[in-house]
Amino acid sequence: MSTDHVETSASIVSVSRHEHDIDTSNYLKAGYTLKSWLLTVDHKRIALLYLFGVTFFFIIGGILAFLIRLELVTPKGDLVSSDTYNRLFTQHGIIMIFLFLVPAIPGVFGNFLIPLMIGARDLAFPRINLASWYMYMAGALLTVVSMAMGGVDTGWTFYTPYSTTFSNGAVVTAGLGIFIIGFSSVFTGLNFAVTIHKMRAPGMTWFRLPLFVWAHYATSLIMLLGTPVLAITILLVAVERIWKVGLFDPSLGGDPILFQHLFWFYSHPAVYIMILPAMGVMSELFSTFSKKPVFGYEFIAMSSLAIAIVGFFVWGHHMLVSGQSEFAGLIFSALSFLVAIPSAVKVFNWTATLYKGSISFSTPMIYAFGFIGLFAIGGLTGLFLACLGMDYHVHDTYFVVAHFHYVMVGATIMGFLGALHYWWPKMTGKMYPEGWGQLAAIVIFLGFNFTFFPQFLLGYLGMPRHYHEYVPEFQILHILSSAGAMILGIGYLMPFTYLAYSVFYGKKAPANPWGATGLEWRTPSPPPVHNFDSIPTVDSKPYDYRTIREELSHVARA
Amino acid sequence: MNHVMPDHVVPLRVYLLVFIALIILTAITVQVAYIDLGLLNTPIAIIIASIKASLVVLYFMHVRYSEKLILLVVFVSIFTLILLFGFALSDYLTRYWIMLPIR
Repeated sequence: MSTDHVETSASIVSVSRHEHDIDTSNYLKAGYTLKSWLLTVDHKRIALLYLFGVTFFFIIGGILAFLIRLELVTPKGDLVSSDTYNRLFTQHGIIMIFLFLVPAIPGVFGNFLIPLMIGARDLAFPRINLASWYMYMAGALLTVVSMAMGGVDTGWTFYTPYSTTFSNGAVVTAGLGIFIIGFSSVFTGLNFAVTIHKMRAPGMTWFRLPLFVWAHYATSLIMLLGTPVLAITILLVAVERIWKVGLFDPSLGGDPILFQHLFWFYSHPAVYIMILPAMGVMSELFSTFSKKPVFGYEFIAMSSLAIAIVGFFVWGHHMLVSGQSEFAGLIFSALSFLVAIPSAVKVFNWTATLYKGSISFSTPMIYAFGFIGLFAIGGLTGLFLACLGMDYHVHDTYFVVAHFHYVMVGATIMGFLGALHYWWPKMTGKMYPEGWGQLAAIVIFLGFNFTFFPQFLLGYLGMPRHYHEYVPEFQILHILSSAGAMILGIGYLMPFTYLAYSVFYGKKAPANPWGATGLEWRTPSPPPVHNFDSIPTVDSKPYDYRTIREELSHVARA
Repeated sequence: MNHVMPDHVVPLRVYLLVFIALIILTAITVQVAYIDLGLLNTPIAIIIASIKASLVVLYFMHVRYSEKLILLVVFVSIFTLILLFGFALSDYLTRYWIMLPIR
């Protein structure tokens, strides 16, 4: 195990020797050139590259969402044509899922924190880590290029036979973009899994790992096992589209439902790629801001693995009305209910963590409470959809749209923003303005519910998804939803502004502003290039607040 | 855990034996293709191919001599493949058990 550390640190030293007189005590100050950022192998700098990437594409996806909600204010399709509307929601879905939700938390916080949390100097493969960012950017830009080439109108799911025969959009280009991003995902998953297995500091046993690391371990396994299937499936769509090979098109002897099997084999577990990292963030937040060890540590750790495994058993619930066998539907429906068990284990354990804790309502904690609210609504409405009978009523309606926005977007955004605020002092060395942070967190939570709760009602009443014209009685709910989207938009703009402000004018952050446990808080803010002067030795369970309290009071006295 | 341990050295004889076994199995595959076994055609071809793949993975790719973690990776991958095929077949094999008027 020790040889790994030596090799990694040696490679960092050899890289840094090329540049003269660099300040290695602060990773942000170790080089100011563009080259020092674009060719870095420092996991912390790559995390910031990811932060810029995902933020940029989140803005593009957000603008598309804004146009969609603007169109839906009136029952008539008067802003954009039906064809344009199809392209709008497709690009919104592709960009938000593949370019933001999947890479957001692992790419930014996983990269930044996993080595720090386990007491390593970098990830196992620093260059593959950089390559993963380039793969991400290349695929993402290709996806955006497909937008300029006329866009895709298939929905983000690329359902056959429409996508392989009738669709006149840039399906192959967008598919290729997603194919390339898949490699980025595999690289990240591989790097995390190997790092967590092989590079833990002495004494950092599996059950002393922070739960954030456990969640990312489970996520990286899904990335490794699921993503190749999606990549090949998208490739098969291109093969059928270009060379007319009969795979999915019934007129050529294929089976369209085969595509759905292959697609959802990845894309259902992909939901857990998005939400498991957010759950990892929540475990850290609930512990830190109630100053208590996480209740039922082992159960939360194992429930991450359980979600990763059971997540592969349930994909058929997307196809309950597709013409799939009723018996398969029965099995998939029953198995889908199983996912609720590990999810509930987590939520109950987090709330039990609060019991008799010393709770503070700092910004990250408000996001953590927001997570519980949105995840509970999103998760429980998922059970409605997993019911065979109920699904016949609400399938392909706004009920589904509301459900997956609550569970993937709501929960992941809460995790992302909570993590961004919580680790912002560590990443930038600056504190953000607390009052603004709390206000923005509340505005985002309210805006989110305002936007998506009316969609549950719309869906239940029969409003189908993917339509930009609708009967007038739905208008009031659509206006509510669009108004909520405006509030949500304002909520998102606030962190952009004050976080950017804090980088330049914020108060200097101490090493451990929250009184948190975890090795990342033992380093200065921002951490040095090598993370640790000497590799730390771990001799206690995680979330041990007694020692931290003593150390902090010691620092205060000195 | 021990990284300085040198790679296990496999005697040349083992490689040759595995190679011969692969050739023999290929010959069997070809011969069996000429015999019509009805329903058994595909299962037999898959069984022979699986044995060959296992030989390659275990000996040529050194999985037999590797640490347990590598074995685990192999088994998890195979398990995932079985999941994909198994659950997809749970649809295809039962799709026409009952005929609904919409079909």
